[in-house]
Amino acid sequence: MQTTISKKPLTMTFWHRWRWLLWLVVVAVIYLWAVTGLHFTGLQGSAAAVSRSIVHGLVQPDWSYVYNGSGEDLVSLILQTLAIAFLGTFISALISVPFAFWAARSQHDWRHVRSGSGKVVLTLIRTFPEIVLAIMFIKAVGPGSYAGVLAVSIHSIGMLGKLFSEAIENMDRGADEAVVSAGGNGAQVFVLATLPTILPEFISYTLYRFEIAVRSASILGMVGAGGIGTPMIFAIQTRNWPRVGIILLGIVLMVLLIDSLSEQLRKRLI
Amino acid sequence: MITQIPRRPWTQRWHVKPIAWTILIVVLLVTSSHMTGVDVAMFFTNFGQFTDLLMRMSQPAWDYLPVIIRPLYETIQMAILGTTIGAALAIPFSVLAASNLVHNRWLRGGIRLVLDLVRTLPDLLLAAIFVAIFGIGSTAGVVTLAIFSFGMVSKLFYEVIETIDMGPLEALESAGANQLTIIWYAVLPQILNQFVSYFLYTLEINVRASTVLGYLGAGGIGVFLQRSLNEFNYSQTAVIILATLVVVMVIDGVSNHLRRVLL
Repeated sequence: MQTTISKKPLTMTFWHRWRWLLWLVVVAVIYLWAVTGLHFTGLQGSAAAVSRSIVHGLVQPDWSYVYNGSGEDLVSLILQTLAIAFLGTFISALISVPFAFWAARSQHDWRHVRSGSGKVVLTLIRTFPEIVLAIMFIKAVGPGSYAGVLAVSIHSIGMLGKLFSEAIENMDRGADEAVVSAGGNGAQVFVLATLPTILPEFISYTLYRFEIAVRSASILGMVGAGGIGTPMIFAIQTRNWPRVGIILLGIVLMVLLIDSLSEQLRKRLI
Repeated sequence: MITQIPRRPWTQRWHVKPIAWTILIVVLLVTSSHMTGVDVAMFFTNFGQFTDLLMRMSQPAWDYLPVIIRPLYETIQMAILGTTIGAALAIPFSVLAASNLVHNRWLRGGIRLVLDLVRTLPDLLLAAIFVAIFGIGSTAGVVTLAIFSFGMVSKLFYEVIETIDMGPLEALESAGANQLTIIWYAVLPQILNQFVSYFLYTLEINVRASTVLGYLGAGGIGVFLQRSLNEFNYSQTAVIILATLVVVMVIDGVSNHLRRVLL
């Protein structure tokens, strides 16, 4: 017995069979564009020598810079970096809460104008480069770590607000409904049901954001917004590689320590 | 059987833990605001300057747009090449770091330690160092993004590898296949879609990162960003930021769509 195969699945098969070729061509064109478009400057003549001195500086760091009591040493500046990240993240977490409720889509909402506009605002904040924000705040409050704090606290709203609003969207509404059915008003629902339900997630996301803020606080100094970044960029520009080595070591240790501490705390929260 | 109401321990009755946490956070807040020299009053007295800056930024100089089209392309090209090189480097490392493929604890631990160390370094810091090595230009940017995405992608990749179904691997192993054949026929088909998805995700992050790398001389639109900021030409800065925003959003949209199709 012979079975006839209808025409339609056959053409589908053809498309499915040769689709990869189309993708291959698309990807090849993109890469061709990327490779030919970039103007490769190539290696500088001094590249090998510079790399060698960087490695040399990393192997023999400038230990005397670790602590010298001047307030401009590695330990004090690392602590200042952590202070920038901590304060910035704390302020940002507070500001993010209203933004999150603005952007969160609730079940009762038919029109999503409120939620949509909130999401657009958060995306705009998130995409605005933190460095530019830092430079703008330097114009307002002068160079120093205060500008760094402001930059971190505004920039973090974009991500924290998004994570918070997703936490609100996915929260368990049982407690809310229980308080409503017991006759609670809006404020009581918020304080007694909504807040306790989402608080652990909010704190966990804030800790996660703190990890990221520590990294960004350590580079904000490169534009003059305080912290360890300022001596780092000076050391790189003056080719003081032992100094660069010890600062890199300090940053790596700080980030590792904060990451593991925050991970421990987050594991206990959720 | 418990005959009486259980008594709460002393620490719970006096709320020792919450009070201790509150005190700790308040102390940390006070010391860090002291260290960073936070001055709320100064912020509001100088707020005029900030709004003035925003006012000047709210009038973008649109005639500057043709100038920045090429550096914008360069930024995307840097991100594509950097992510590709980083992801290609990440594949062998992620295979070696996956606990279900490599049973040697020391090798795995060593590789993971290296990956952890690479991941601690912020992108701009890498850029500053590579600009010193490769000189000002997009090569430094590509290398920076390659190293930066290598650290991120390899962690995402080995976590994917660790979640695969071990059945096909064992089937091939029992049929006498060698390691390479197992990876090609049993591991790769299971992880390819997720790899591509994470690759696109990293590309999104790198496009964002590459827009500021030029600030330290690593090529792309950041060079123009720094120039306009140094010249106090905020209407040009506004155009650059808006154009970057559009590019980032388009790339995010395309990548999100592709990832949804893939998974």
